[in-house]
Amino acid sequence: MESVIVKDLSLNFGAVKVLNSLNLAIEQGEFLVLLGPSGCGKSTLLNCVAGLLDVSAGQIFINGKNVTWEEPKDRGIGMVFQSYALYPQMSVAGNLSFGLRVSGMPRDEIDKRVSRAAEVLQIESLLNRRPAALSGGQRQRVAIGRALVRDVDVFLFDEPLSNLDAKLRSELRVEIKRLHQRLKNTMIYVTHDQIEAMTLADRIAVMKGGVIQQLDTPQAIYSQPVNRFVAGFIGSPGMNFLDGVLAKGPVFEADGLTVDLERYQFESTDGTGRTVQLGIRPEHVLIGEAAAAMPHTAETAVELVEPMGSDTLVWTRLGGQAFALRVDAERAVRDGDTIRIGFDPARASIFDAVSGERL
Amino acid sequence: MDNTVSADLRDLDTSGPSGPRPRRTFSRRNIFLYGTLLVIALYYLLPLYVMVVTSLKGMPEIRLGNIFAPPVDVTFAPWVKAWSQACTGLNCDGLSRGFWNSVRITVPSVVLSIAIASVNGYALANWRFKGAETFFTILIFGAFIPYQVMLYPIVILLREMGLYGSLWGLVIVHCIFGMPILTLLFRNYFTSLPEELFKAGRVDGAGFWGIYLRIMVPMSLPIFVVALIIQVTGIWNDFLFGVVYTRPDTYPMTVQLNNIVNSVQGVKEYNVNMAATLLTGLVPLAIYFASGRFFVRGIAAGAVKG
Amino acid sequence: MTAKIASLPMILTASVVFAGGTVWTFVYSFTDSGLLPRLRFVGLDQYERLWSTRRWLVSIENLFIYGVCMLVFSLVIGFVLAALLDQKIRFENTFRTIFLYPFALSFIVTGLVWQWLLNPDFGIQGVVQGLGWTSFDFDPLYDPDIVIYGILIAALWQSTGLVMCLMLAGLRGIDEDIWKAARVDGIPMWRTYVFIVIPMLRPVLVTALVIIASGIVKVYDLVVAQTSGGPGIASEVPAKYVYDMMFSSQNLGQGFAASTMMLLSVLIVLIPWAYLEFGKKKHG
Repeated sequence: MESVIVKDLSLNFGAVKVLNSLNLAIEQGEFLVLLGPSGCGKSTLLNCVAGLLDVSAGQIFINGKNVTWEEPKDRGIGMVFQSYALYPQMSVAGNLSFGLRVSGMPRDEIDKRVSRAAEVLQIESLLNRRPAALSGGQRQRVAIGRALVRDVDVFLFDEPLSNLDAKLRSELRVEIKRLHQRLKNTMIYVTHDQIEAMTLADRIAVMKGGVIQQLDTPQAIYSQPVNRFVAGFIGSPGMNFLDGVLAKGPVFEADGLTVDLERYQFESTDGTGRTVQLGIRPEHVLIGEAAAAMPHTAETAVELVEPMGSDTLVWTRLGGQAFALRVDAERAVRDGDTIRIGFDPARASIFDAVSGERL
Repeated sequence: MDNTVSADLRDLDTSGPSGPRPRRTFSRRNIFLYGTLLVIALYYLLPLYVMVVTSLKGMPEIRLGNIFAPPVDVTFAPWVKAWSQACTGLNCDGLSRGFWNSVRITVPSVVLSIAIASVNGYALANWRFKGAETFFTILIFGAFIPYQVMLYPIVILLREMGLYGSLWGLVIVHCIFGMPILTLLFRNYFTSLPEELFKAGRVDGAGFWGIYLRIMVPMSLPIFVVALIIQVTGIWNDFLFGVVYTRPDTYPMTVQLNNIVNSVQGVKEYNVNMAATLLTGLVPLAIYFASGRFFVRGIAAGAVKG
Repeated sequence: MTAKIASLPMILTASVVFAGGTVWTFVYSFTDSGLLPRLRFVGLDQYERLWSTRRWLVSIENLFIYGVCMLVFSLVIGFVLAALLDQKIRFENTFRTIFLYPFALSFIVTGLVWQWLLNPDFGIQGVVQGLGWTSFDFDPLYDPDIVIYGILIAALWQSTGLVMCLMLAGLRGIDEDIWKAARVDGIPMWRTYVFIVIPMLRPVLVTALVIIASGIVKVYDLVVAQTSGGPGIASEVPAKYVYDMMFSSQNLGQGFAASTMMLLSVLIVLIPWAYLEFGKKKHG
């Protein structure tokens, strides 16, 4: 059964259309990540689901109930904010219990929930402290705890890790994933960080301009991006794009370069004659002996080498255009070397140069 | 984007609430909110309104009518009289004398006090000489000391300088009492500027005054405007220093206004009084309405101490 | 070196006028100075006389009533106005401009306008009586028992806009997410204000408190304009007592003693506050 359904949702701020007739269905227990650059409408969508923003058109269902006009507290959601939004004058225990106390819940039930949340998040020793006396990571745990005590089915996360430093971020990322494993709640998680999206999500919705570009598993989004935007947004270092035309064969032709696309699985049947872009990820390009076994190979000169520790990014040219490949850090590659590179066109993506859609 | 909704949602019951929450423009909340605001706004505007209508009525109309009624016969005679004929003691040349006194007090006071305070603030923010913080602390404490404690010692100082009772004496007094808040204002502003600018200036060989005039001042126009607003309204509105340190022929406008309105001799001419009051309030009001955001910023800057 | 010379006005003001002047007045408050200051010490005589003068006692009582009411009402009204304006309303700028404009006016202008509005024959009382309600009685400026409240009305009109402005800035500084979190938690708006927002406004409240308090002690022009201390001595305040003693009664010693008392009352408020604010910063 679907846990959250968003149907034909639109939201305008004055004349600006932030979301336009958006549809989305999220399974029970699913971890869905809304991913996109700032201003893409991902946080707006989350706030609409939470009921913090009034929608302009459309409906929202949570657990089969139409909650479009419900107050946030009646929607069966808990929410975690980027700035933690802890109540600074209350202790951690006070932060966790305040909403429950206001709703008139019996004392012992409140205590039970607070201690359970504290146990799950390992913040028992902090219950009497004020938020000001906590570290960033601890604060975010308390913020998650505040959602936890509400005992709801749907958790909403609005960029919860963006205010933390890199190390803490990866630690808490793992913890959120564990939390999801343990609780099996539905979680909707907004982020602009593709690593968070890839590691946490069951499915990712990549958004741009208020529209979901692609909704799929992290692996599918990585290997089969539906358009140029998704291809470019996912992956670091970014995908190589080569401009060219699609000729009979089918082959991809650019300045002095012909790539046989026999192994490529086209989605649309006839693309011959169109100007296109061929996208190939740097990590899918091989070098040296391994390259020789690939369906497409080429000899090229190294222009620049960027060592990154675990591996090295090598900049070269292909079809007269800048082209990067990722090689093992052990391999000695120097500027000016001539190297043999190779890749499998089946792992590439072909996009229409005009519409940006995958062919 | 058909792939985003799975097929079995077709039987979803979509008949329920849809789109924005129904909201009436005249909800009880809005009626309460705007109603309250409107009533309070009227209360705040009432005195201004009464001042204006009273000043445009003739005395017979005032005696008969009520103060809230708009004038039946609009007359500007009270304004003319307030400006050029109203009496204070022996002088019967109206508020114009006080107005020009106030102008002659305000202009040099504002220029001098801002110049002094901005240099102080700059020295405190960027040069930090020995003992600077001590003097600054005393200065800030001085802002809270009741003026009454310092009134008489200043009388003695001015008398020694031969400036007691003169406009220039009052100018000095305004510079002194404007100093704490303005110095604080400039110090905080200059501290917030990137220190690299100051360092770059020194590397380029500029000295104390060179950096102040060529780097700091051109970068600080907004704060000078804020200081200007604080000082012009503050000095124009001053009464205590005016009445203590000037003589009847050098009285600033506020003092003269009070003497006109609260004089015990003669018949009370309420229309002239209100015209005089409005005239006195006109300068700060004009600054307030013209400066808008800067005025609010000045308040915030003046308020956020330490 | 240039810096020090350039700061000479500040150094002189701080040391000679502020520190020197305060000490001077304090010292001379123990003398029998009359028309002119003279160093003939009489111990605590001036203070004993001060505290047995009815006018001074009335002044203190007035200041106390005025001060307490001023603090309470301007904080409450200022906060309510700020909270009303913070409801994402239309015409916010217009309302704010209206609530704040009296602050641009001097106390003299304020006092004179309210003197006119509270005029028993032509003002509010007169108008209401003219409407037929002849027993209506609202005559604060001529009733010794309530005259200080008549002054309070004018003072509140003049200065609540400032408090509102400070509070509004404070409210705007509060993280939007706090409001969202409270909504998700299902906390009603008034409880959010009382239990979450107001505690978060503590620094702004302290600032407002200090500003209002320092204004209370200085109140002078308003009384002079509105009532001249009358009827009788019913609306006298300490600042006016000081001025009158120094500059009309030729009784400098009394003026010095009274102003020293004013300083004392300020220090009682100021020192704990400064200790709390700045002591805390120094210790991290």
